[in-house]
Amino acid sequence: MGAAQAYFCDGRGPMTLARLILACFFTLWAAASSAQSFDDLVKALPDGSYTDRAKVIGAITGTGDDRAVDVLEALLDGNLDVLKSNDAVVVVSKKGRDEIATDALSGEDYGAIPSRGSTKIKVNNALRRDLRAAIGTLTLSSANPARRLAAANAAFAAPDPEQLTSLEQALADETDSNVAAAMERAVAATRIADPATATETKLDAIALLGKRGGQSALAVLNPLTGSDDAAIAEAADAAVTHINNQKQLWDLAQNVWFGLSLGSVLLLAAIGLAITFGVMGVINMAHGELVMLGAYTTFMVQDAIRNSAPHLFDWSLLIAAPLAFLVAGAVGVIIERGCVRFLYGRPLETLLATWGVSLILQQAVRTIFGPNNREVGNPSWMSGAFELGQMTITYNRLWILVFALAVFVILLMVMKRTPIGLQMRAVTQNRAMAADMGIRTGWVDAMTFGLGAGIAGLAGVALSQIDNVSPNLGQSYIVDSFMVVVFGGAGNLFGTLAGAFTIGVANKFLEPLTGAVLGKILVLIFIILFIQKRPRGLFAVRGRAVEG
Amino acid sequence: MTKATRLFLATSLASALLAGTAMAQEGEPIKVGILHSLSGTMAISETTLKDAMLMLIDEQNKKGGLLGRPLEAVVVDPASDWPLFAEKARELIEADGVAAVFGCWTSVSRKSVLPVFEELDSILFYPVQYEGEESQRNVFYTGAAPNQQAIPAVDYLMNESGVERWVLAGTDYVYPRTTNKILEAYLKSKGVADEDIMINYTPFGHSDWQSIVSQIKDFGSQGKKTAVVSTINGDANTPFYKELGNQGISAEDIPVVAFSVGEEEVAGYDTAPLVGHLAAWNYFMSIDTPENDEFIEAWHNFIGDEDRVTNDPMEAHYIGFNMWVKAVEAAGTTDPDAVIDAMVGVAVPNLTGGYSAMMPNHHITKPVFVGELQDDGQFDVVWETPGLVPGDAWSDYLPDSAKLISDWRKPLSCGNFNVETGTCGGSE
Repeated sequence: MGAAQAYFCDGRGPMTLARLILACFFTLWAAASSAQSFDDLVKALPDGSYTDRAKVIGAITGTGDDRAVDVLEALLDGNLDVLKSNDAVVVVSKKGRDEIATDALSGEDYGAIPSRGSTKIKVNNALRRDLRAAIGTLTLSSANPARRLAAANAAFAAPDPEQLTSLEQALADETDSNVAAAMERAVAATRIADPATATETKLDAIALLGKRGGQSALAVLNPLTGSDDAAIAEAADAAVTHINNQKQLWDLAQNVWFGLSLGSVLLLAAIGLAITFGVMGVINMAHGELVMLGAYTTFMVQDAIRNSAPHLFDWSLLIAAPLAFLVAGAVGVIIERGCVRFLYGRPLETLLATWGVSLILQQAVRTIFGPNNREVGNPSWMSGAFELGQMTITYNRLWILVFALAVFVILLMVMKRTPIGLQMRAVTQNRAMAADMGIRTGWVDAMTFGLGAGIAGLAGVALSQIDNVSPNLGQSYIVDSFMVVVFGGAGNLFGTLAGAFTIGVANKFLEPLTGAVLGKILVLIFIILFIQKRPRGLFAVRGRAVEG
Repeated sequence: MTKATRLFLATSLASALLAGTAMAQEGEPIKVGILHSLSGTMAISETTLKDAMLMLIDEQNKKGGLLGRPLEAVVVDPASDWPLFAEKARELIEADGVAAVFGCWTSVSRKSVLPVFEELDSILFYPVQYEGEESQRNVFYTGAAPNQQAIPAVDYLMNESGVERWVLAGTDYVYPRTTNKILEAYLKSKGVADEDIMINYTPFGHSDWQSIVSQIKDFGSQGKKTAVVSTINGDANTPFYKELGNQGISAEDIPVVAFSVGEEEVAGYDTAPLVGHLAAWNYFMSIDTPENDEFIEAWHNFIGDEDRVTNDPMEAHYIGFNMWVKAVEAAGTTDPDAVIDAMVGVAVPNLTGGYSAMMPNHHITKPVFVGELQDDGQFDVVWETPGLVPGDAWSDYLPDSAKLISDWRKPLSCGNFNVETGTCGGSE
């Protein structure tokens, strides 16, 4: 930060001079502040530059005051504000739609404050690192095991030799085995970082990290491989090789997971098309836009929830799903009745007409919602990840996989086990005979198309969680969707399933080797060659129906 | 063919004459062309710039217009379709007789209109940060060249944050490729080893970032401070940042500095996973100067929405438009040749408390800021260059470009003068 100060000094204008004087004043003042009380320190937090704030944070940690953790955590989370009315430092929390301010020092409740009534105390990346370390120091002996675990992980991420004794003490007192394991790692990393540690102890620490550290231990061990001490360098080398060997296996598993997850997205995007294109044979270029409508429905639902019932936010996707199905399905029925039904048996005209429809839908959404991305939030159960061995599995991808499979199974049931499914199959297989049997073919056409469109809408709900909700959303999926359906074999739902996962996994195994761009091209070339060999895809539908 | 050519010549001659007579009339409006996509993929970014131009023209008219004549905006929609940009540019210049055009966003759209502006001798103001390696007589580049954005940002990370390993991640097209080529050469000149640089390209609109983020995580967990320099474009950013957040990579561990993510782009994001990540620009909405306050207020009044943000390319149009106004006043005419000559050396206030000047290479001087994203979608400036940085058309870090200079003043009048051979490369 010293250099940054210097830059300010040769900056421009009188403004800078004032700033410089202020900065110098605060630097002097902060240096003298170590002897100050906790209250004074907290009151001083809003003043000065980031460098000054770092010093104040250090001093606050030094006081060991009971309230320190809460204040620092609020600061880290961006919830520590200064009230404009009386300059009090307050912790802000949300209660319904109101912001509630509580005095950070006295705990006095100020009640709801107006949205512009307070100024946030800002933090930057360097400060966030400091804060995490400081909170770690303060919570090592907390009663809550989750807190101790976080503290141990913080100590591991930023090993500080000065903390070694307190870490060792905490480890000795630890009763929870999970936390103890994390603390052992933290102690090992800290011992390695401490120049005063004996070589013997260091070697033990390296061996421990090699065995248990996982990927994050590489950050500690890698620099040691170049150590002057031959024994340490050798031990570190061995540990790094061990970790890397283990990692290779996990990487394989990770790639399979990534592939399945990409496959599930492809499956979702394509499964509606498997109905409209696969079963009905309509080249529906507006399929992507139906997906987009589903995503915008999700946005509308979330928007309504944010405005009137914020506590329902975690349920927003479940509420949006049926609505998205209905909205996209209704638009699908309108497209079918208003346009596609006049074009049956004329694929080229259908292609052009639905492409036109896709442009109309896109521009309509652009006119109504504007060209910008719309913010769709992740409910809490869709955020974050958990570790499985050395694999990271993100919740949003996991739920999308589950959702895709659920949609697939339900669709399969509808097609195979319900009267409407039977009628759909009858009409697509032999329209004339189905009509003779008293089936209203026109109505069934509309329902089939509506079903495919509705499922596209469901895909939109899921895709809104991982992609942008913008008028262009659909375009990026239309090509992939057709690829999956054609590759899997039109007319066969299982083909779509197999096609989606095959393409997904192949893509993810190619990507690390060739890069994302070339990987995609190679997959496309492979599919073209495959289609040459088997024009009807993976699972070809056989029989007379195909010829009709 | 000959018939068509003759017809074409006749119409263009007629329209040129018409334009000439129109200009001579006192009180006739001066037409200003706005060439930004209002539909298609780029509408997300370009629509705002169209509105910003309308506001600037509106304000100029309130001040009494230009040369005693009112300004009139001519808006066309090239619909994110690159060849259509060239057609619409021709339409603006020939049919509408505009005095200058403000427009384009992507480099490919700019490349597509270059021959039109050269042939019809008109003026284009290009407001977006770009890859450099270009200097054209009819174009004024008011966005940042790589040395006004990419290189200072890397300097900041290297010197202030102690970053030693670099991921250069970009979308696969000309701007990221050229910028990364320059950055790679620059990093190597600073002693960064080959194995400490990872370069990765993804297709437009890439949405499955799982493997790449996990690669970045691997790359960053080798014990050296790592940063991502992102030239990832537009829509691919949201899923990228989301994936970073989900895989537990925070800005404290591996910061991402982006060159294409500004206030406007962030407005559509859930900002929580992005907090602390960086962006380098020549302007941030959060910068506290009287000029900026005034601009933001005018923008909110014009657009009628307090929630709308301002961003760097808007400031570039603000600077470019004011420069053009000044040059036209100095030249006393809107004739492109006279205005092009009068442009060099014109200095106008920018929105960050200084003056930006047009240089002989048709690029401008700008300050460079590095901002950290806050959870309200605004960037908090954490670093700025000590003074203004002049835009460099030809990068000093690419061997072929290092020997080229650009100076459109007479007698040199050349965009790519080779100082070694002493010759002008001419238009490419």
